[in-house]
Amino acid sequence: MTTALPTTAEAAVSIEIGGMAIALRTHDPSFRQLIENRYEGFVGTSPSSHFEFDIDLYEPSESAPADDGLEVKIEEGEWLLKRGDFRARWNPHTSQGHIRQSHSPYAIDCVLRIVHTLILARQGGFLVHAASAIRGGKAFLFSGVSGAGKTTISRLAPLDATLLTDEISYVRREGDRYLACGTPFAGELGRVGENQSAPVSALFLLEKGLQNRIEPVGATEAVQRLLRNILFFADDPALVKLVFQSACEFASLVPIHRLVFVPDQRVWEIIR
Amino acid sequence: MAEKYIARSSEIAARLLGGEMMVMSARDSTFFTLNEVASAIWQAADGRTPLSQIVAGKICQEFDVDREQAQRGADRFVDELSQHGILLVSDQPLMNSSPPREGR
Repeated sequence: MTTALPTTAEAAVSIEIGGMAIALRTHDPSFRQLIENRYEGFVGTSPSSHFEFDIDLYEPSESAPADDGLEVKIEEGEWLLKRGDFRARWNPHTSQGHIRQSHSPYAIDCVLRIVHTLILARQGGFLVHAASAIRGGKAFLFSGVSGAGKTTISRLAPLDATLLTDEISYVRREGDRYLACGTPFAGELGRVGENQSAPVSALFLLEKGLQNRIEPVGATEAVQRLLRNILFFADDPALVKLVFQSACEFASLVPIHRLVFVPDQRVWEIIR
Repeated sequence: MAEKYIARSSEIAARLLGGEMMVMSARDSTFFTLNEVASAIWQAADGRTPLSQIVAGKICQEFDVDREQAQRGADRFVDELSQHGILLVSDQPLMNSSPPREGR
């Protein structure tokens, strides 16, 4: 269980995703504003946070392109995260971290995704390339690589469905069930998800086709496809094992099916 | 011909799910699904029992298969998994090996 830290600095913004509050402290008012705008709906009101990061901003001349290789490794108990547009370190034991980054939302977005994958991996959860939505109190995940139809299925969602994300789903273990939580990590839809959660009822592997149908998927395929879509950044054998076990555990508790669909609203009639 | 001893590496994660044994290398994330015969060899890989004995005493008995054919299949399987660091192979017993158990 993670202990909440009191958030004391006046410049800190707490971003709460999946019930996990991460305080981001910056002395730059415009960057603070950028964070608040980008994570609207996920800015916490709680006076305490689970983890804290101090952010220093690069001078524009210091920053390299964002596509300069991402590196995530652990050294002496501290995670080191590096990409062209940021360098960060995070000590999970002290719950403190530091980010040096460009004045860009993409850098902080990437750091948050990585930190959440590391936190979730130890709790049996994961971030996965999947759209997700709540309908009738149940959460449904729609997983697939880019182009599989995550944004399409999100656009087709009926009015009584609550969209959690069209791109990156947050899956948290809670006893013998999994919760899907909304995330601000948007895909082509360009819209942050709702900050809500519900028990996961099923995961669908998306495949575009000529008619709507749900097909069974064997355990091996389910785990393999799930593993392919789980976000994982660290070159760390211990974490690889945890992610593998999480994927197997999820597949043993949550029905996983293949959803072949035609891109029109009728597909939602067979999702239950 | 020298005896071959096999043990499960500690750098793997394994899980029996839906009747299928899945094994993943924590080193390079290679993913394997083992069939029943491969799974039986995997389960018997304790570092102390020679592969020939596993084949004769377990595979041939349980799967009603010709010994020579079973040995060839077992050798291929062991070679492939050892290349990915999933099985450790030695011509001496691997006494200190503490094979990880697969998950539930």
